[in-house]
Amino acid sequence: MAILTIQILNSLLYASVLFLIAAGLSLIFGVMRIVNLAHGSLYAVGAYVTAWLVGTGIAHGVPLGWLFLMLPCGALAVALIGIVIEPLLLRPFYTRAEEYQLLVTFGLLQILEDLMRLIWGGTPLSADTLMDALPIIKIGGLNYPTYDLLVIAVGVVAAVALWAAIYHTRFGVLLRATSQDRRMASALGLNVGLVYVVAFGIGCFMAGLGGAIVVPTQAAVLGMGVDALVIAFVVVVIGGLGSLKGALVGAIIVSFVRTAGIQFFPELELAVLYVIAAGVLLVRPTGLFGTA
Amino acid sequence: MVAQIQALRGRSGFGLWASAAAVVVVLLLAPGYFGTYQIQLLIYGLIAAIAALGFNLLLGYTGLLSFGHSAYFGVGAYTVALVVEHLGPHSMEFYLLIGLPVVALTSALFGYICVRHTQIFFGILTLAISQVIYSLALNLFWVTGGSDGMRVPRPALLFGALSFSGSGGFRQFITSYYYYVLAIFIVCVFLMWVIVHSPFGKALQGIRDNEVRARFLGLRIRRFRWIAFLVSGTFTGLAGILWVPLEGLTTPDVLYWTFSGEIVFTALLGGFRNFTGPIVGGIVFTYLKTYAVATTEYWQLLLGVVLVTLVLVLPTGIVGAISRLGQRFRERRAAP
Amino acid sequence: MILLKTVDLRKQFGETRACDGLNFIVHKGEFLSLVGSNGAGKTTLVNLISAHLQPDSGQILFEDRDITFMTVTERIKAGIARSFQIVSLFDALSVFDNVALSVFSREGKAVRMTSLADHDEEVRREALEVLGQFGLASKERVMAGDLAQGERKLLDVAVAYALRPRLLFLDEPTSGVSTHEKAQIMDTVSSVVRGGHVTAVVIEHDMDVVFRYSDRIVMMHEGAFLADGTPDEIRANQDVASILLGAPLTA
Repeated sequence: MAILTIQILNSLLYASVLFLIAAGLSLIFGVMRIVNLAHGSLYAVGAYVTAWLVGTGIAHGVPLGWLFLMLPCGALAVALIGIVIEPLLLRPFYTRAEEYQLLVTFGLLQILEDLMRLIWGGTPLSADTLMDALPIIKIGGLNYPTYDLLVIAVGVVAAVALWAAIYHTRFGVLLRATSQDRRMASALGLNVGLVYVVAFGIGCFMAGLGGAIVVPTQAAVLGMGVDALVIAFVVVVIGGLGSLKGALVGAIIVSFVRTAGIQFFPELELAVLYVIAAGVLLVRPTGLFGTA
Repeated sequence: MVAQIQALRGRSGFGLWASAAAVVVVLLLAPGYFGTYQIQLLIYGLIAAIAALGFNLLLGYTGLLSFGHSAYFGVGAYTVALVVEHLGPHSMEFYLLIGLPVVALTSALFGYICVRHTQIFFGILTLAISQVIYSLALNLFWVTGGSDGMRVPRPALLFGALSFSGSGGFRQFITSYYYYVLAIFIVCVFLMWVIVHSPFGKALQGIRDNEVRARFLGLRIRRFRWIAFLVSGTFTGLAGILWVPLEGLTTPDVLYWTFSGEIVFTALLGGFRNFTGPIVGGIVFTYLKTYAVATTEYWQLLLGVVLVTLVLVLPTGIVGAISRLGQRFRERRAAP
Repeated sequence: MILLKTVDLRKQFGETRACDGLNFIVHKGEFLSLVGSNGAGKTTLVNLISAHLQPDSGQILFEDRDITFMTVTERIKAGIARSFQIVSLFDALSVFDNVALSVFSREGKAVRMTSLADHDEEVRREALEVLGQFGLASKERVMAGDLAQGERKLLDVAVAYALRPRLLFLDEPTSGVSTHEKAQIMDTVSSVVRGGHVTAVVIEHDMDVVFRYSDRIVMMHEGAFLADGTPDEIRANQDVASILLGAPLTA
């Protein structure tokens, strides 16, 4: 029973991180109709930056409480990168054929992946100080770190905050208007460029936040970005591209299946996920809640 | 872009055949003038050109951007390695005999899954599939040798007529293998040329340009895309089969997404809206990468920057840029 | 002889009833114009018959066969083709290739990859013939994307015509061109279509064009048929006049 509870909690943790990544991806697609192949790499950057900030902080004797602030800092750093990238590298391609968009974001992926290798090298970068800072509780005699509960909480808060922002704020209205009809929104005087940059920034923030909160539980390693990208896509395939609800449901389904898969078929875990994605695509190509 | 295609067509007829013949002559004479290393590099270039040619049937002519073509290259390479390990003959023809159907079947299977979907999902599915195969190659180490990979010794060519051993054997092998690959390359170029100029090739381009209209012509979109995928994957798989005896070794790296990225890059570099673009791209890229790898450990970064720059500045690639220059030159000459 | 018949065909988009229980009949050999204000349901009706859309309910019968559930490909094989209001061509292919592709597709030869498209003499002859009929033969090698608008409209029709349909739907074949060109285009289209004994249904807004070329005019309004008759009958119809012009026509 205790093991089951822990498995469920682990799945929720993974789902939380996946949701952040997938929601960012879906948001960007929903508003701007672009698919950012470098999105997974941005998640990885979030992890690396946060781990690096924590490490530097520890080296300078920064107190523990402040170290926790590094988490949103890591996310903000990624958002900043996004705000720079969008007008520079993505805007020239909105009117061009879709292949070019995919190509340029793929180039970006390659750049980011190697930049991470250049800056931080091949050794994994960890931030487990943060995880160890929080107490360990016992669930039915088994140890469980409360930090993991924090991760789940962040995911829930992010989901609620995003939902509120999109459906209950004025900016959310602008976002939805622009996503439905860009030309019309522009004709009505909306600053579409600004909406795009902000939306992209929010999407990148989500990805960075995912990386930031996960890195205390598992060290940042090279290649985590591409793995995350592929799994995030399985999530949006299942949940539907462009849908917040879909990202949530998809993240939960994928993470629970993955946890179950790891138990029984560790080598084939990835394959099981793709089988599910392929199955969903066959039956409902737009995903469960998709707008694509 | 339309103008570029027109310019290339204007060059057709005598001009095209003449330049193609000239290139073939140069390639045939190369071993007489260059050292072993250079010829080896040229073989890699021809192999990359074959892979890119196959890839571009899908991108340039069908409008489908695959991020997972390393899968077919890798399957080709690993099939040869497995044949060497478990079956007898170290014969190039045998490798081709077994390898080609395997890559064709693999392309058919994965193509069937992938072409049911639109641009984005198509791309991601292709990436996902290649990552799955990569992880299988990496993890099923008792079959594939894991990250150490599998060795492939020098094969005999022409049904065992030519085999290479002892001193001087390497140079002999390289020279003979060069002509062998060159012959296959010429056949591939010819086949692909016929395919893209066939009714099938026209239909693909129609589907690429205007899927709705193509459907209203009675064309079965999915079936055409699937066949294109099959042919494309087979060409790239053939490149993998040709590559591994030269490299002597295959590792999971050849299945990783970065390698797919290289294939994409070669098509873009040469120009993906042209027939000859991928060929030029494949050969130029081989030299570029060799230089980049020798220069810096972070050649991926360099490639990424070049890729982004290319897309921003030179979207029609080398061949496209040349043909545009040629057109401008012709216009200037025509104007009084 | 009735070529096409729809039975109680319905299509709704949200609140709007684009097709409200339509019983549409097309006689073999006639040149029929489908008119009505924007949003009347004309394009929806054509989309339903050509399988671009699925009806909510109702039946479509073509040559006494129920084609309601047939796919696009099946309907083309059955003999129904259409052109598009917003010109829809293969811009990166030549004018010749555009039409040739129709012929290849019709003949089931589009899958052939081991022979050159230009070497198929039969297809070449037929494609050139069609191009000649539409006055585009001299532009054979020009890229479809490089043609003038009027020529593009003609090519759009030619591509559909090359499928040798028995029933051809033309969606606003003269929209977006000058008045002078309209007459030229319609002259060509109607003579080719009639000469080929193809039944045609033309969606058109220009009433001059409609009155000059049609055997029969069907007028739609808000998803239903308002009037149906020869040009003379329609001219005399007061309902039509008041909808179209807001005032009765003098007879």
